[in-house]
Amino acid sequence: MPTKPAGTLYRGREGMWSWVGHRITGVVIFFFLLVHVLDTSLVRVSPEAYTAVIGAYKNPLMALGETGLVAAIVFHAFNGLRVIAIDFWKKGAKYQRQMLWTVLVLWLIVFVAFAIRHLSLALGGH
Amino acid sequence: MTTDIQSPRSGKVGSGKIAPKYRRGAGSKGNFEMFAWLFMRLSGVVLVVLIFGHLFVNLMVGEGIHGIDFGFVAGKWADPFWQFWDLAMLWLAMLHGTNGVRTIINDYAEKDATRFWLKVVLYAATVVIVILGTLVIFTFNPCPVANGVQLPGGFCPAP
Repeated sequence: MPTKPAGTLYRGREGMWSWVGHRITGVVIFFFLLVHVLDTSLVRVSPEAYTAVIGAYKNPLMALGETGLVAAIVFHAFNGLRVIAIDFWKKGAKYQRQMLWTVLVLWLIVFVAFAIRHLSLALGGH
Repeated sequence: MTTDIQSPRSGKVGSGKIAPKYRRGAGSKGNFEMFAWLFMRLSGVVLVVLIFGHLFVNLMVGEGIHGIDFGFVAGKWADPFWQFWDLAMLWLAMLHGTNGVRTIINDYAEKDATRFWLKVVLYAATVVIVILGTLVIFTFNPCPVANGVQLPGGFCPAP
């Protein structure tokens, strides 16, 4: 009698969760990108229209949203490089788990550095 | 009774190996999925550089987000370097993102009609955004004029 379902080497482990994270962050970034091209396109309407909409972004709630977006982008970027290493590096599949932890450490360092700089600029007295 | 065991790949009928009916990439699709897979990896590497550079220059340097207004965009696009940077970022990110969402639609939408219409909406959005963004980068005017009057906030040459 099997006590565990087959395939638990992947399911519910690092490989699966990094894949889930890659999908969710990818979709979030894609929808932001659509909006971001539209808001930048306002430079073609008038200088005041663009500056007004960008001005609406400059509040604490949007600053938190931007910080979350950058968290998603940095994870997607580093995990994407890990996926490439798994596909093209001979030992990639063997070290995929170690590479995920490397991705998470680098993500934390870059994200914290960005968050400190961006939030102190965005929330600082201006 | 003796059993005649064939060597692998001998191709003899009745050898017990699976007939080679299944062919990867057969049919009208050609190698499209392989090129899509390769494109995701190549564009991904380039996008890491383009987007990290974009975020650093726009949000980390100087006064960060407070420096972004019409004049900031005008200053960047006065330089063909940043025009090309943003154009490459627009096209690569939109194609990379569109292919990613296409994969997700194929994975989760089970009905043929649902898959078809979701992809129609996706591709329509992609075409509109890519064309709009490209036109904005190349037709940008730092000194916009409406009905013969210069719009306020523009950067116009001294008369």
